Amino acid sequence: MKPTGAARPGPSAPFGELHVAVDPGGLDGVDAADRGAVLAALLEAGHPVSRKAEAAEGALARLGGDVSVLDRAPEEVVADVAARREAAAAPAPGAWTPWFPVIDYDRCTNCMQCLSFCLFDVYSVDGDGRITVQNQEKCKTSCPACSRVCPEVAILFPKYKKGPINGDEVKAEDIASESMKVDISSLLGGDIYSALKERSGSAKQRFSTERDESKALLERKRCLKELKDKLDIPSEVLMSLPSAGDIEERARRARAKQEERIARSRSAQDQKKTDGPSTQEWDI
Amino acid sequence: MGRRIVHCHCVYSKVVPADVKAAVLERLAGSDEDFEAVPDLCEMSAGKDPALARFAGDGEVEIVACFPRAVRWLFHSAGHELAAEASIHNMRSSTADEVCGALGLPDQESTS
Repeated sequence: MKPTGAARPGPSAPFGELHVAVDPGGLDGVDAADRGAVLAALLEAGHPVSRKAEAAEGALARLGGDVSVLDRAPEEVVADVAARREAAAAPAPGAWTPWFPVIDYDRCTNCMQCLSFCLFDVYSVDGDGRITVQNQEKCKTSCPACSRVCPEVAILFPKYKKGPINGDEVKAEDIASESMKVDISSLLGGDIYSALKERSGSAKQRFSTERDESKALLERKRCLKELKDKLDIPSEVLMSLPSAGDIEERARRARAKQEERIARSRSAQDQKKTDGPSTQEWDI
Repeated sequence: MGRRIVHCHCVYSKVVPADVKAAVLERLAGSDEDFEAVPDLCEMSAGKDPALARFAGDGEVEIVACFPRAVRWLFHSAGHELAAEASIHNMRSSTADEVCGALGLPDQESTS
């Protein structure tokens, strides 16, 4: 299957201020476990909860105020809050699984390997020519492939299961580790294809006498599974890895884009020097 | 401004142990501390949620979430820098008792 690069639904509109307030004493009389259960149920349903002096201001609902918690099951409280959210025409939470790369700029060297590699156009270059994550919603859920090709371990997926991709501290052995640092040329430059081809070829030879192509296919699948297990890269991404030529072309486009952005930024700065300070800068 | 506690419930994934985040939330709810609990900091970062600016703002902030490196760059990704003195407590690598101890929350027995 060829990845289309189609965006997932994308993050909902900011909702952090559309919170549920806990009134002072609003949880009094509710036992400790039930208090936690109500708050956890609200969070699971996508409602932020706030307990502080000014929390009631602008709150979607107030626990212990307009929403009673005493002697009510957590799901009843959640249903009550959800109805208020709907009535307020507030954005529904949870339409998008927030899986996307986060760049650790303390480590990033702006080598652009991630941009060259990513199949889904998640990365771009900002006005300063710096690599940036632009289309988070296009990232393939559960695919950490770009972090595998980053030579500096600078790409995090906070929801990834293992360190250092999950944000755990990077140790010297992580950089040296084969499972962490996969050379882009070996991952993408055709070695996978040649390995697959070789294995498929030898499998074909082995099976040619019996003319059982399904066994060759099984062998190919087994080979892909090994890579998938080793790198945690979804099969459909592995099956669609760009060719070495594609990678070179993407890298060339990335460099061109970077140079164009830097040139545009310099030109704007030069223009500004020629024109002198704006009225705004003169504080008029 | 006094200290602010922000708890991330990481609702879209199972990487934060459910028992740890549930116990920390329960003890926060049972304490006298002001706090803000959010469903998912990653979601807020992706949506450039302005509430993150408030979390990252002046004053003492204690974020209860996951790995500090991830949390800091999630804020950066949304256009807000966490102050160097912000404390980040990691529910992926610490027990609920360790996190609550670091926050100075009272023991569970005394909160029920």
